[in-house]
Amino acid sequence: MKTQPTKLTEAAVTPEAVYLNRRQYLKASALGLGAAAFSGASQAADDGQLSDPAPLWMKTQLNESTASPFSTNEALTPYEYVTGYNNFYEFGTDKSDPEKYGQGFEPHPWSVMVSGAAEKTGTFDLEDVLKGLSVEERIYRLRCVEAWSMVIPWLGVPLSSILARYRPLSRAKYVVFETVYRPEQMPGQRAFFNAIDYPYIEVLRIDEAMHPLTLMAVGVYGRSLPNQNGAPLRLVVPWKYGFKSIKSIQKISFVEQRPKTTWERANPREYGFFANVNPKVSHPRWSQAEERRLPGSLFSANRIPTKMFNGYANEVASLYQGLDLSVYY
Amino acid sequence: MRYFLASKGFWLVLGAPLYYVLYQIGQVLWVRPGALGPDPAQALVTLLGEIALWMLILVLSVTPLRKVFQLLRLHGQRRAMGIACFGYALLHWLAYAALLLEWQWATLGDDLLKRPYISVGFLAGLILLAMAATSNDWSTRRLSRRWRQLHRWGYLAAALVILHVFWIARSNFFEIVIYALIVAGLLVVRWPWFIQKIKMIKDV
Repeated sequence: MKTQPTKLTEAAVTPEAVYLNRRQYLKASALGLGAAAFSGASQAADDGQLSDPAPLWMKTQLNESTASPFSTNEALTPYEYVTGYNNFYEFGTDKSDPEKYGQGFEPHPWSVMVSGAAEKTGTFDLEDVLKGLSVEERIYRLRCVEAWSMVIPWLGVPLSSILARYRPLSRAKYVVFETVYRPEQMPGQRAFFNAIDYPYIEVLRIDEAMHPLTLMAVGVYGRSLPNQNGAPLRLVVPWKYGFKSIKSIQKISFVEQRPKTTWERANPREYGFFANVNPKVSHPRWSQAEERRLPGSLFSANRIPTKMFNGYANEVASLYQGLDLSVYY
Repeated sequence: MRYFLASKGFWLVLGAPLYYVLYQIGQVLWVRPGALGPDPAQALVTLLGEIALWMLILVLSVTPLRKVFQLLRLHGQRRAMGIACFGYALLHWLAYAALLLEWQWATLGDDLLKRPYISVGFLAGLILLAMAATSNDWSTRRLSRRWRQLHRWGYLAAALVILHVFWIARSNFFEIVIYALIVAGLLVVRWPWFIQKIKMIKDV
């Protein structure tokens, strides 16, 4: 049996270490090995949970997560970068701004307003939105429209399982998502000069929203979502460019006619409604044929070819049959 | 002050950004791999481009400062500033070609032809190259009047650089508007009637 690290200093217990240790611990437990040998790891896991500011019900739900067959086994992007290199303009436009300026945001308590063409509408506590749903861990590739990518272990529930609770009517053709508008907690929303309008709006076709790959994430790396990653509730649509995966969602609406998305309004030529990852359709200003898988080093940018639908073509290509993807990008 | 500007010290000042860049590279290589973030090649390209832009603004402000404020002392250092500006632009391009594209010539050619922001940036670089190559006493004498004509292309280079920065931006438009206003201002104050106006005000 391999020896486990038993002396972890407090500084060494990064959430990533906690996460990795916990996974090892769980795997070992599953193999029927004695838990005593892994006390260091489980201790580390406990420490990580203590520092997670999420409410108890959420931590409990996250702790009971199960692995998903949709996960990739590619190397994970370190926690430091997943939570320190973000596009979340509500907290500023620099990649390091969301971590820096997102700390004053209060994701709890949280409620979600559901409206439009559904049998059940109203405002619901996040706890009720998620109650009874089993959280899955899904390791997905994330491809940013800016030609870089990461591999991220999300925790979440299939979006379809949430949407089904509100029983959308058959005339609902699209699902609209809206990020919370809180200029007092989101410095980007009160900036003097903005590249985009707030609140941020994203839209999925109902079949895209109900697709099993579409995830409503509530955590990452074994803990609840940090503010800069879209706490407490965000979309993850792995075959689309990152900007479709809207963060800090407060409103969900079922509609017949779709409104324009935030980026579509800002620049329709550069950011189409579908925004499917497609190496053959260049962004007007740069190529999408390759991506830099982060982290890169100074002397190796880690360029890899970009795959159609970000490598999820087998699962999602059928959604777009007959659609000219160079026109509907 | 006069002594300082004529001294090697001024070159040291122009080199200061380079020392900062070398410090950051040293950090990434030996101290903290994450010092420039998860995309260090991109970070370095951007940083060097920004420094080249500051140098361009610096060199463009020499003549207006001289004409409007009669600040003569900087003028003798214009050549050093211009060469430094070209040096940072060259490093910016080298970092892009070597670190970001890893010398993939096909991609390099593709970018140059299909990405307008790269085309205009490259064109600006060529103008700076021609200016830097003729920034010596021998060329000045040899080219005489044509030297002045050649070095007027610098204004076009400045406009192209602003276009280059505008076209790559995705979010930080505000910052670029400020840069554009500064460069536009520095070009406008060269306009003969503007200088006339200033002189008239001063004469009154």
